[in-house]
Amino acid sequence: MFQLLRQIVRTGIRTEPPPATAPVAAEVARLNESVRRTLGRALAIRQVDAGSCNGCELEIHALGNPYYNIEGLGIRFVASPRHADMLLVTGPVAKHMAIALKRTWDATPDPKLVVAVGDCGCNGGVFGESYASLGRVANVIPVDVEVPGCPPTPTALLQGILQAIGRIATSPVADTGVDDATAAGPR
Amino acid sequence: MNVAPLGLAAATLPGTIPAQRVPVSSGQYLAACRLAWERGGRLAALWASDERQRARGFLVRVALVDEDGFTVLELTLPDADARFPDLTPIFPEANRMQRAVFDLVGVASEGEDQRPWLWLASWPIDRFPLRHDFEASPKWEPGQEEYAFVRVTGDGVHEIPVGPVHAGIIEPGHFRFQIVGEKVLRLEERLGYVHKGIEKRFEALGLAAGHRLAGRISGDSTVAYAWAYAQAAEAVAAQTPPPRAAWLRALALERERVANHLGDLGYLGNDGGFAFGLAQFSRLKEELLRTNLAAFGHRLLMDYVVPGGVARDLDGDHAAAIAAEARRLAADVALLRGIYDEHAGLQDRFRNCGHVSAELARKLGLTGLAARASGSPRDLRCDFPSAPYDVLRVQPSVHGEGDVAARVAVRFDEIAESLRLIAAIVDGLPDGPVREPLPALSRAGLALGCVEGWRGPVLIALDCGPGDTIRRCHPQDASWANWPVLEHAVIGNIVPDFPLINKSFNLSYSGHDL
Repeated sequence: MFQLLRQIVRTGIRTEPPPATAPVAAEVARLNESVRRTLGRALAIRQVDAGSCNGCELEIHALGNPYYNIEGLGIRFVASPRHADMLLVTGPVAKHMAIALKRTWDATPDPKLVVAVGDCGCNGGVFGESYASLGRVANVIPVDVEVPGCPPTPTALLQGILQAIGRIATSPVADTGVDDATAAGPR
Repeated sequence: MNVAPLGLAAATLPGTIPAQRVPVSSGQYLAACRLAWERGGRLAALWASDERQRARGFLVRVALVDEDGFTVLELTLPDADARFPDLTPIFPEANRMQRAVFDLVGVASEGEDQRPWLWLASWPIDRFPLRHDFEASPKWEPGQEEYAFVRVTGDGVHEIPVGPVHAGIIEPGHFRFQIVGEKVLRLEERLGYVHKGIEKRFEALGLAAGHRLAGRISGDSTVAYAWAYAQAAEAVAAQTPPPRAAWLRALALERERVANHLGDLGYLGNDGGFAFGLAQFSRLKEELLRTNLAAFGHRLLMDYVVPGGVARDLDGDHAAAIAAEARRLAADVALLRGIYDEHAGLQDRFRNCGHVSAELARKLGLTGLAARASGSPRDLRCDFPSAPYDVLRVQPSVHGEGDVAARVAVRFDEIAESLRLIAAIVDGLPDGPVREPLPALSRAGLALGCVEGWRGPVLIALDCGPGDTIRRCHPQDASWANWPVLEHAVIGNIVPDFPLINKSFNLSYSGHDL
């Protein structure tokens, strides 16, 4: 136990500030506030591997490490699409996964966001389109933001996610019809 | 393996690993496999190809490996109606490989189990993608298949279906649990969901371009795959990469091993309810990946190994940083190992969980890291050491208990050994060029590349045609052999221990589904 506590103290806090992105770092807090107003809580992401080589998954995992500490930004990964605001989809979309991906999208409540991850998710990557691959994610479900890279770095992923949040926070749907008082309550 | 007692003639295959090819008849095919089994050998790969353009019907190939090296049996089938012998009585792990051969090439084994394996209704069941006359139609819509799962019946038995979309950030696949209370009576896997046509894709690429695709067969093993591919391509082209390149490849491979083991140890701690482990190990992994980016230009080292060498040289400053990092990391991991070992709650979850006996491991063909946790000392870096492993002398890690704790212990041992190797590589790195262009093919034909990745052996069988074309490229991941063993490892355990057991194997879906 002593060793354990000593290691925690010795390690300290390694978390870095979130990346400066198109809606710049200073706005992140404002965006998070908008998200909280719009959604009534933190952003929930459901990750879907629709056919990736698992390289993108490694970098998505890295978002949870102490350096990026994505949960510290009020963003968390959830186990069911029914609890999610955003789908983070890696591809290319394998034909065998097309039905599962569409069902996952259907099961995600509106308003929902889709972020396509990786060169494969954006354009099919080295696998392209074939008898077994439908290529980019946008060929199967509507996509809001694309994050290229093979795989994209955790910083690029975070930028893409924040960019998508920016969309929902500034979209007309989010600005109208949602009363602050009700939105802040439990959903 | 000496095949002379069977009355067979072998031809040596080119390359750094000892390998031979042996044309066989149906009877000899079985006899040679039985001989390999009796000699302690293992089924390394099974695949088929369409050779009708060369008037040779279909070719079924089996790669066996024993202490002498690799033996590729070649069985010619005159047409698609001829069946090839069923290997499952000798090698049970052949079951899914034989079914995949039918799904992709359209030649069937004599085996009883004729259910599809990689086919999930996305193309007509009577069309075979790896035939040369296969033409995909845009009209084929993804469909749904009815798969005949084995059901357990009895009082209180019920079924839990899981996937293909899993609850965590992991690859897709379907699991059927038959359980009573909390206890798992049976698990049946249904894989193939991330099949994306990799083998067909290879045929559209030139020999010098295939490494990018090879490096994305299973992203967590990108160095192992790219190196195995480069080995095979260089063998066909009769090229020996520069010595410095071979050492840098080993450096990259060992760093890939350390990175994956660090990640797994973190998640194994987390799945055992010890979040401290995840925080610590994921921090160490992140630091390692950042060094990768600075020294090699890519966090996961993708596209670093290329046919003919490596993509870029390592300068002195980065080499020194890597050596210093290895020392630091060794101390950190040793400290964390002590904490893991002495944490009663964690050890309670790890020990006697997901047990695979040495006998079962041998019978089912378990391989790689998981096999070393069940008493098998096989490691390609020790068994057939190519440069620089011939001088580095890898000490394989072997534990006999065969449970999650043993698979954790092997990972800890291997991190320590890889860090020793990393320091030794940086210390002994020879001077010279790091890349030479791949010469034009000296011959067309088959060559093997085989590398001990972090999960286990990664094999690339490359069949080249004239003009630097790829006629057929078959990758075989250790996961092919290990997935079926996972079904056995969970029997009798409770459902909540499945994630922990699964993680302790950490098998590849993409590397298996192709």
